[in-house]
Amino acid sequence: MSRVRVLVGTRKGAFVLTSDGKRARWDISGPHFAGWEIYHLKGSPADPDRLYASQSSGWFGQLIQRSNDGGKTWEPVGNQFAYNGVPGTHQWYDGTQHPWEFKRVWHLEPSLADPDTVYAGVEDAALFRSVDGGRTWQELSGLRGHPSGPSWQPGAGGMCLHTIVQDPTDPERIFIAISAAGVFRTDDGGKTWRPVNRGLRSEQIPDPTAEVGHCVHRIALHPSRPGVLFMQKHWDVMRSGDAGDSWQEVSGNLPTDFGFAIDVHAHEPDTIYVVPIKSDSEHFPPDGKLRVYRSRTGGNEWEPLTNGLPQRDCFVNVLRDAMAIDSLDSCGVYFGTTGGQVYVSADAGNRWEPIVRDLPAVLSVEVQTLP
Amino acid sequence: MIRVALPAHLRRLAQVNGEVHLQIPGPVTQRSVLDALEARYPVLRGTIRDHVTQQRRPFLRFFACEQDLSHEPPDTPLPDAVAVGAEPFLVIGAMAGG
Repeated sequence: MSRVRVLVGTRKGAFVLTSDGKRARWDISGPHFAGWEIYHLKGSPADPDRLYASQSSGWFGQLIQRSNDGGKTWEPVGNQFAYNGVPGTHQWYDGTQHPWEFKRVWHLEPSLADPDTVYAGVEDAALFRSVDGGRTWQELSGLRGHPSGPSWQPGAGGMCLHTIVQDPTDPERIFIAISAAGVFRTDDGGKTWRPVNRGLRSEQIPDPTAEVGHCVHRIALHPSRPGVLFMQKHWDVMRSGDAGDSWQEVSGNLPTDFGFAIDVHAHEPDTIYVVPIKSDSEHFPPDGKLRVYRSRTGGNEWEPLTNGLPQRDCFVNVLRDAMAIDSLDSCGVYFGTTGGQVYVSADAGNRWEPIVRDLPAVLSVEVQTLP
Repeated sequence: MIRVALPAHLRRLAQVNGEVHLQIPGPVTQRSVLDALEARYPVLRGTIRDHVTQQRRPFLRFFACEQDLSHEPPDTPLPDAVAVGAEPFLVIGAMAGG
């Protein structure tokens, strides 16, 4: 019988939640790396027992941990993230130019094919790759070297590269997203990049339709249809049918189109999930009701999913990396909150239950579907 | 023998209990102590000082003999009491956060 392993990164450590395919009873292990911020951890699609974790602290900086046994044991690997050449500058909050400075790894994306290859999205925004299981890291500096680089600027959470999406049909094509620069795509394995933000509109920047400068929060795709992308932007939920070359808004009847997380059903490429958040200054659900919204039409028409979720006095946030989807026949949907709850729905969102209620603030949730 | 006291998170990372004891040939300075510490425990590289610039991380401090040595040049000799092992060289996590 299939199993699932849920990898949860929190403000004070990592937790591994495991269950059988029913997803009703859970074993909780952790905290791993107690006291450290775990921005993200993720397993290799090519070897599910190979996990990578980003461990950081304001005191001690960045570490990368690797597991070869599904999270039972871990070993620290390389933690040197050096920008290629002279780092250069980007725009700072006050409009001046500011040197690129490494702060932390926001997101680790293992290669679809090779367990020893893994990408790291970092703050200040850059993409690194390791081909030796995390021991050494090399910057794919064509991204940061894009002519628009000096105009990139941090969002409120810092200038972070937070999303890395690989095209499963084309190993040369990768999408990344940066707050607040936007989405970039490479079609040559990371050597060259171009912004793919046409159709985005952001009233918070001087030119609302600029080529770069958009605060994209998260993008997602379904592996069977990698040319179709979904995006939760700072405001607006967007869809692209041409690999990012153009975007259309699909916020439709959402109660608010601000939010962070977005994901796609494992078996229905037009079924997508978001968690609407009231506004950019009020990072909690509207009306104190925690509602996941599901669209079965690729956007525009949305239904609230509330069964099992708190419908009063709930003022948590769901961060961009804190939603995940398993690939069991009855598709499981997971999300974690800044209040320390991790919720699961074993039936594609119809009914929800908390797996745990009282973890530290959840930064990321990933799930592995295991044989 | 030089005695080094690490904060709890770094002790756990390096898998050590209590103080670290190091033999240092030549002058005993912040740099020579940290070089020897990182050579013994490579996992500590980057956690106390920057990989490249070797600058102390902002929220860490170096104390010894009831003095704050954090702003001393890295090649300044440490107090004799540290050099002879009578007093430990303390790596301290600053009080910050919640």
